[in-house]
Amino acid sequence: MMMTVKEIKKSLLVSLWFVFLTFPIMVIKVNPIERTVTWRWSNVLYVAVGSFVISLLAKAWLVRKARAAGRQQAACQARASILQELLHRPGYRYPLIIMFSGLALAFPHLFSTYQANIMTTALMYIVLGLGLNIVVGVAGLLDLGYVAFYAIGAYSYALLNLNFHLGFWAALPIGGLLAALFGLLLGFPVLRLRGDYLAIVTLGFGEIIRLVLENWNAFSKGPSGISNIPRPGFFGLEMSLDHAMIYMYYLMIGLVLLTVFVVNRLQHSRLGRAWLALREDEIACQAMGIDKTRIKLTAFALGAFWAGLVGVIFAAKTTFVNPASFTFLESAIILAIVVLGGMGSIVGVICSALILTLLPEYLRALSEYRMLAFGAILVAMMIFKPEGLIAAVRRTYRFHERKSVAALQDDE
Amino acid sequence: MMNKRMSKPILDVSGLTMDFGGIRALDHLDFDVQATEIVALIGPNGAGKTTLFNCLTGIYQPTDGEIRLACPKTGQQTRLNGLKPNKITEKGMARTFQNIRLFSQMTVLENVMIGRHCRTHSLILGAILRNRKTREEEQETIHKSYEILEKVGLAGQVDELAGNLSYGAQRRLEIARALATEPFLLLLDEPAAGMNPQETVELVTLIRQIRDEGHAILLIEHDMKLVMTLSDRVVVMDYGEKIAEGTPEQIRTNREVIKAYLGEDGE
Repeated sequence: MMMTVKEIKKSLLVSLWFVFLTFPIMVIKVNPIERTVTWRWSNVLYVAVGSFVISLLAKAWLVRKARAAGRQQAACQARASILQELLHRPGYRYPLIIMFSGLALAFPHLFSTYQANIMTTALMYIVLGLGLNIVVGVAGLLDLGYVAFYAIGAYSYALLNLNFHLGFWAALPIGGLLAALFGLLLGFPVLRLRGDYLAIVTLGFGEIIRLVLENWNAFSKGPSGISNIPRPGFFGLEMSLDHAMIYMYYLMIGLVLLTVFVVNRLQHSRLGRAWLALREDEIACQAMGIDKTRIKLTAFALGAFWAGLVGVIFAAKTTFVNPASFTFLESAIILAIVVLGGMGSIVGVICSALILTLLPEYLRALSEYRMLAFGAILVAMMIFKPEGLIAAVRRTYRFHERKSVAALQDDE
Repeated sequence: MMNKRMSKPILDVSGLTMDFGGIRALDHLDFDVQATEIVALIGPNGAGKTTLFNCLTGIYQPTDGEIRLACPKTGQQTRLNGLKPNKITEKGMARTFQNIRLFSQMTVLENVMIGRHCRTHSLILGAILRNRKTREEEQETIHKSYEILEKVGLAGQVDELAGNLSYGAQRRLEIARALATEPFLLLLDEPAAGMNPQETVELVTLIRQIRDEGHAILLIEHDMKLVMTLSDRVVVMDYGEKIAEGTPEQIRTNREVIKAYLGEDGE
C-alpha cells in the first residue's frame, strides 16, 4: 500500500511536469493576424489526466517486469522469446519455415507490384541491419557512419557502369569488396577508440564520404547524381518494369537468406565469440590472447561488406544515385533497427527492420505525425524493453560427438 | 638472498621501473619465478603489486627494465617488453584479474572457450563453410573447455551466464579461463579475495593441483595464512621496491617486512 501511495505521488509529479512542458504548445494559441491569444485551459486537464494515467500504467508494467525478472534470476536460465522457442522446437521449426518461405515466395503475386517494391526496400534494410549488427550488436563498436559503406556500394556500381560499362553481376561483388576495403580503412585509425569517441569518428567518416560525393563533380557528378543505371539482367532477358521489380524482390530474398546464413555461422564461430568478448571487456579479451586489432578490423570489414552489396542493389533498383540518399538519417535508421531488434539477435533485427521500414509506409495516412510516432515508439522501446524486441540468447554448446573427438585424438 | 637457483628461471624480471608522470610505481624491481614454483607477491596496499602484473602482461609498458619469459619445454627465451597483451598470452603467461573481468553476458563454457582462442586457428571462411577441420576444432575446443571446467568444479554450471555465478565460482571461472590458454606461468591477482573459509580451502587445493600439473604460479594475496601455507617463495614489496624475498619462514621473521606492515615501532 505504501508503494502505491508513493507511485501515485510520483505520477502526479510527472503529470504536473508534462503540463508545464506542454503549456506553450497545448494551452497558448497565438493568432498573429488578429493579434489575439487564446487560452485553451481545458487542454491542461487532458494533458494532466493523460500523462498521469500513462505514467501509472508504465510504473505498474515496470514493477511487474521487475518481479518477473526476479523470478527469472531464481530460475537462472536464459529465456528465449516465443519466436525463438518455436524456431528451436523441431515440431514447429519446419512448418514455420515453410510457411514463411511460402509467404515470401507468393508475396509479389498476392499483392501489387507497389507492395512488392516496398517489401524489397524492407528486405534491403534487413541486410543492412544484419551487417551493422555485426559491428554494433556483436562486436559492440558503435558505428554512426554505416551509410558511407552503403554509398560506396551504390556509387561503385554507378561509376563502374558509367565508365567501364560493367554489368550488375560483375559490380555486385566489387561493390561489396570495395565497401569492406573502406571498412578496413576506417578501422585502422579508430582502433584505439571506444564508445563515444568511436561514434564521433565514424559519424565524421560517414559525412566525409557524402561530402566527397557531393563536391567532387568530376568524379561523381556531384549533387545531380548518376542516372540511367541499368537494372540487373537475367541472362539477357528483356523484362517489363513490373517483372524487373518482381525479379528484384526475389533477388533480395536470396540475398537475405545468404546474409542470415553467413551472419549466423559467423556469430557462432570462434570469430563470433571473440567479437562478443570484445564487446564485453576489451582488456580481459586481450589478456585471453585475442588479437584486438584483427578482430576489430574483421568486424568492420565484414559489416561493411553487406552494406556494399545492398548499395549495388539500391543503385540498380532506383536506377539513379545521388548523395542525398546517404545522409546521417539513414545511418540512424539502420542503427535504430539494430538497437530496437536486440543487439546481436538475428531474428530481432529482421523483425525490427520490417517494422521500421513498413510502419512508416503504411502509416502514410498519419503523414506529418509519422516521424513523431516513430520517435515515440523508439523512446517507449528503450524504456520498456531496453534489451530489444527479441534479445539474443546465448547458445549452449553440447559435445554430442565424443566419438569424433576421440577419432581426432587418434589422428594426431 | 637469491636462494634455490636450480635452473634457468621461466620468468626473469630485472630492473623493472614504471613511472606514472612523476610517480614511481615500480622502482628497479628484480625477481624471478622457476618452473612449477608457487611464488607469492605480498605488500601493503598501493605497494605496486597489480601495477607489476599489468607490466608483466603488457597492459602497461614499463618505463625501464627487462622482462624475459622462457618456455620450460623448449627453453626458448623471449623478451616481453613492448609486446601486446595477446602476444604475451600466446607465449605462455596468463592472468586473472583482481576485480573480476569475466564476460558476464556469455555462458560459463563460452568464457573458457574464449581462452582457447589463441590456441585455435579457424577463420572467416572456416566459420562460413563450417568444414570438417573447423568442426573438429570446435569440438576439441568444447571438449577441452569442459575438461578444465570439471577441474575447477564448475562442470555443473556450463550453460549458466557467467554474471549469475556466485563470487567464489566467478573467481574459479577466471582461473579456468586463464588455464584454457595453456600457460606455463599463471598470474593470479588476489584469487581468494571475497571467498569464505571453505572456498579458500578449496582454492588452495585447486592451486596445488594446477602446480602439480606443471604450471608455475605467481600470485598476489592478502590472506597471509594462504600465502604461508601455499607458497614456495615470497616476494615482499613496499612503495614499488622489493624489500624482502625468501621462504615463508624467513619472511615471517624479517624485520623489514614487519616494519612495512606495522610501522616503525613494530617490534
